[in-house]
Amino acid sequence: MSETKNKKGAWIAFIAVLAFLGLVFALDQLIKPTDRLGMLLIVLQKGSVYALAAVSMNLLNGYTGLFSLGHAGFMLLGAYTYAIFTIPDKSRDAVYQYFDAAIRFSIPEQLSNHMGGFGTALGILIALLLAGLVAALLAWLIGLPVLRLKSDYLAIATLGFAEIIRALFQWSKLGPVTNGSNLLKNFARASKFKVELAGMKLSLSTFVPVLIATVSITLIVLIVNSTYGRAFKSIRDDEIAAEAMGINLAKHKMIAFVTSSFFAGVAGATLAMVLSIAQANNFKSAMTYEILLMVVLGGIGSITGSVIGSLLFVAASEWWLRGLDSGKFLGIEAPNIFRNGFRLVVFSVIIMIVVLFFRKGIMGEKELPDLFRKKKAPAKEAQS
Amino acid sequence: MDVLKTTLPYIISGISVGGQYALIAIGYTMVYGILRLINFAHGDVFMVAGLIMVYLAASLPLYLAIPLVIILTVLLGFTIERVAYKPLRTAPRMSVMISAIGVSYLLQNLALYITGGLNKNYPQIPWISDRITLFGMETSRVTVITPFLTILLVFALVQLINHTRIGMAMRAVSRDFETSQLMGIQINRVISATFIIGTFLAAVGSILFFTNYPGVVPTSGAMPGLKAFVAAVFGGIGSIPGAVIGAFIIGIAESVIKGLDTILIVNGAIGEQIGLATFSDAFTFVLLIVILVFKPTGLFGEKSTDKV
Amino acid sequence: MKKLVSLALVLVMAFALCSVGVAYADNPVVKIGVFEPQSGDNGAGGKQEVLGMQYANSLTPTVEIGGTVYDVELVYADNASSNDKAPTAAQTLISSGVSVVLGSYGSGVSIAASDTFDAAGVPAIGVTCTNPQVTAGCDVYFRICFLDPFQGTVLANFAKNELGASKAYCLAKQGDDYSGGLCNYFIEAFGKDNCVYEQFPEGTSDYSTYITNAQNQGCDVFFSPVSTEAAAQIIAKADTQALGMPILAGDTWDSNVILQAAKGTGVNINVTTFYQEGADADFDYGIKSWINNNPTALANNGGNDELAAVTVMGFDAYYVALEALKAAGSTDPADVLEVLPSVTYEGVTGAIAFDDIGDALRDSAFVKSCNTETGTWDFVAVATVG
Repeated sequence: MSETKNKKGAWIAFIAVLAFLGLVFALDQLIKPTDRLGMLLIVLQKGSVYALAAVSMNLLNGYTGLFSLGHAGFMLLGAYTYAIFTIPDKSRDAVYQYFDAAIRFSIPEQLSNHMGGFGTALGILIALLLAGLVAALLAWLIGLPVLRLKSDYLAIATLGFAEIIRALFQWSKLGPVTNGSNLLKNFARASKFKVELAGMKLSLSTFVPVLIATVSITLIVLIVNSTYGRAFKSIRDDEIAAEAMGINLAKHKMIAFVTSSFFAGVAGATLAMVLSIAQANNFKSAMTYEILLMVVLGGIGSITGSVIGSLLFVAASEWWLRGLDSGKFLGIEAPNIFRNGFRLVVFSVIIMIVVLFFRKGIMGEKELPDLFRKKKAPAKEAQS
Repeated sequence: MDVLKTTLPYIISGISVGGQYALIAIGYTMVYGILRLINFAHGDVFMVAGLIMVYLAASLPLYLAIPLVIILTVLLGFTIERVAYKPLRTAPRMSVMISAIGVSYLLQNLALYITGGLNKNYPQIPWISDRITLFGMETSRVTVITPFLTILLVFALVQLINHTRIGMAMRAVSRDFETSQLMGIQINRVISATFIIGTFLAAVGSILFFTNYPGVVPTSGAMPGLKAFVAAVFGGIGSIPGAVIGAFIIGIAESVIKGLDTILIVNGAIGEQIGLATFSDAFTFVLLIVILVFKPTGLFGEKSTDKV
Repeated sequence: MKKLVSLALVLVMAFALCSVGVAYADNPVVKIGVFEPQSGDNGAGGKQEVLGMQYANSLTPTVEIGGTVYDVELVYADNASSNDKAPTAAQTLISSGVSVVLGSYGSGVSIAASDTFDAAGVPAIGVTCTNPQVTAGCDVYFRICFLDPFQGTVLANFAKNELGASKAYCLAKQGDDYSGGLCNYFIEAFGKDNCVYEQFPEGTSDYSTYITNAQNQGCDVFFSPVSTEAAAQIIAKADTQALGMPILAGDTWDSNVILQAAKGTGVNINVTTFYQEGADADFDYGIKSWINNNPTALANNGGNDELAAVTVMGFDAYYVALEALKAAGSTDPADVLEVLPSVTYEGVTGAIAFDDIGDALRDSAFVKSCNTETGTWDFVAVATVG
């Protein structure tokens, strides 16, 4: 296919993303939490966080073929870093109620003292980057020993690391930093994101998390389309051949692992921002599994798929299928069947069907631009 | 003497937990030996066995309920393999592992639905849950029985693998999947047999485990499952004696770490609690990573004669 | 094929959206949100708390607000005893248009959701969340129960004076604001040097080592205000391992789960709580016959009609909410929020009024001990801190 067609698809995708961001911004203003559609905002917030998490996992599992199950651990690191560095001074003692807080430094607060509202925004951005960097740094340290391991051993070793990180963050001796096993709160959170512009109060509670996710995912797309991305794919397809072609396996695996963890850290920070709490106990391996299932649902090896998969996953589990839990669904009333937990059963059955019968997920390996191109270059890629 | 007296209860309870992990670990190690699959759902099968017991014992006498639990669990293990793993035999290994994670997710959610997310109390089994006194400490009889029963079952299993036709087939398949297929071994029968043996032992393990710790929740199987898998890796995946030894080591280490603060304080090593119990689960994974980095084949990995 | 399936899925979703909210009642409806755990660690306790609200709702299904009679509808959301599920569960309630929210059992989920309620301006009335953090710094959270600093002190005094304890073993669940907070205040009142404090991680099944720890360290009271789920297992282990010291716990343990676990064993259990069965005979009779005639309620109460204090608190909370609605004269959450601080109510568990933080003005707790022969609670004392 020609270069121009490729570009055209990319442009359409770019405009679609911009339009989506505009729509989210508008929804943020139009919908109040007390409205019936208030759930839509929650789904967008959580969905975008999980989309970022899923895409970053896909970068590793789908594109590089490294089966890692340590995602929850890196998200935890990101969430904690972000939370610790954005708790305002005056609420710090209330948050660290059983400990004497060791870190008494809120980046957004410090910056806003000098630069006002812009400083707050910048501080939050810095905290987000820091969250990613801490996760990336630890990934580098962990990567040194474990990336040598083969597929399932790598999976179980990364899973183990995630569990070790979780235990460490719950250790009471680290309490002055991590608040022990207790939750962190009162940090810069999405529900408080508001700006006043020309006398109008604008809510950014949904827009900001969606924006963070969109920018991060765009960065990942750029990486995937760069020479690095092609190297990752060649490692996935055939390690030995890739090495023979002159690709430094250890280096590229490490780059993929560290990049993926960086964005997992950012996703964790955004999750904390959206949930307005951070607690180590919530970052269990079950969270990694859920993200993995979102990736599978969307199609391993498709970024668009991961995004759609996670949005569907979150929307279905948090919103659309809620009726299955509360006695009434599609107007059918059967409180004995539609009781607590039924939603998740239906949901896991759907996932098993996808895993067994639609192994390519929703998108296979196709991307958003491919959809617009589909008619002109029929089924060439679908067969691969 | 004082050290011994304060440490002994932890070691005894550790040996007991270790025995229960061992019974789960065998299922992992055998399945991995043959299919190269980490059967993430195995721990959840263990949990389901516990739930089946809870519901059966509510309406049936125990002498009927116990065999039925074992039969139903074995049936479940067999069905999972046929439905979720067999169709993916030619698919990449990652797909099968994802399928296993999917089954685990399904089983946990199903358990959540059926129990309503509430803790279910495991029935008391007379005699084995009775209180006994051992070296001056009070414990339940199951603590003492578990290691012996485990060793007995493992012995029987090793006999089965070494001296029966199906055992020979298992050994052949674990050595070389394709060649043994060419030699006329019915792969599907061997795999089913592996799953049946694995789930049978998990069912026995679940009876012992939940008699000792009588609360069943949907996530009850996750941690013991992971630990048993680590035990299998630690002992050298595919090796049955390795898995058993690994399980005992992990069981004892876990139990001692939970009491380490107390042991150290009572013996005057430290002044106050330092919260080491937080790492009782994490230590298992430290052990895992150490072994993976320094000896990826595990303690007994290279000895392939007992490999299944 | 794949297209068909996805089309079908989309249709299902669309229908699900449309079918929400078909009202057909004659009276207008006012919705009260029930923010309680129905699953997870605190699921059993949450269900018992909801029972009180349901019973109250069956007695008083309507309320007159601003001259109009409204039907009261309870809207449920399960926070699954999990801090990360709590904000979304809270949002479901908010989106379904509730005027006021009741709950939750367990402090952590209430703290986790307080921001969500705050952002939407929907008032919440905590029923038995005793951690000070629930209301501190949150303008929309109120509560009708006493607080942990009070309860912890009462328990510490009881341990020292009545049980004659000199060294206490405190066991909390990691990351749990209820047990962690209560242990913290207990230790503060009892003396830090005389306490051994340990936390067990989530998903623990082996409590025997903690019993051994308490024995090895020569403690003479075992304080473990943990969830009833863990409690049942701790009691079983305490019995098999001959714990040899009294067990002390807070209001969560005032539940028939504990009674069933302790019946026929040799353990000595003491708890502090909000209500003593028998304090209001008419109420007891009424709710017991309601539970016995309602199979679901009976199952949710653990199969018998032994009253848990949280059920009675749930009952009172419902009426406090009705009082607030009446005083507000409208179903708008903002109006309810405005009048809530001045709402008072004479409940079954005593007089209820709020201070300026939004906490209940309560200065007494009941101490009960478990009678292991009959499987019931024996009244010990009314405790105050003065």
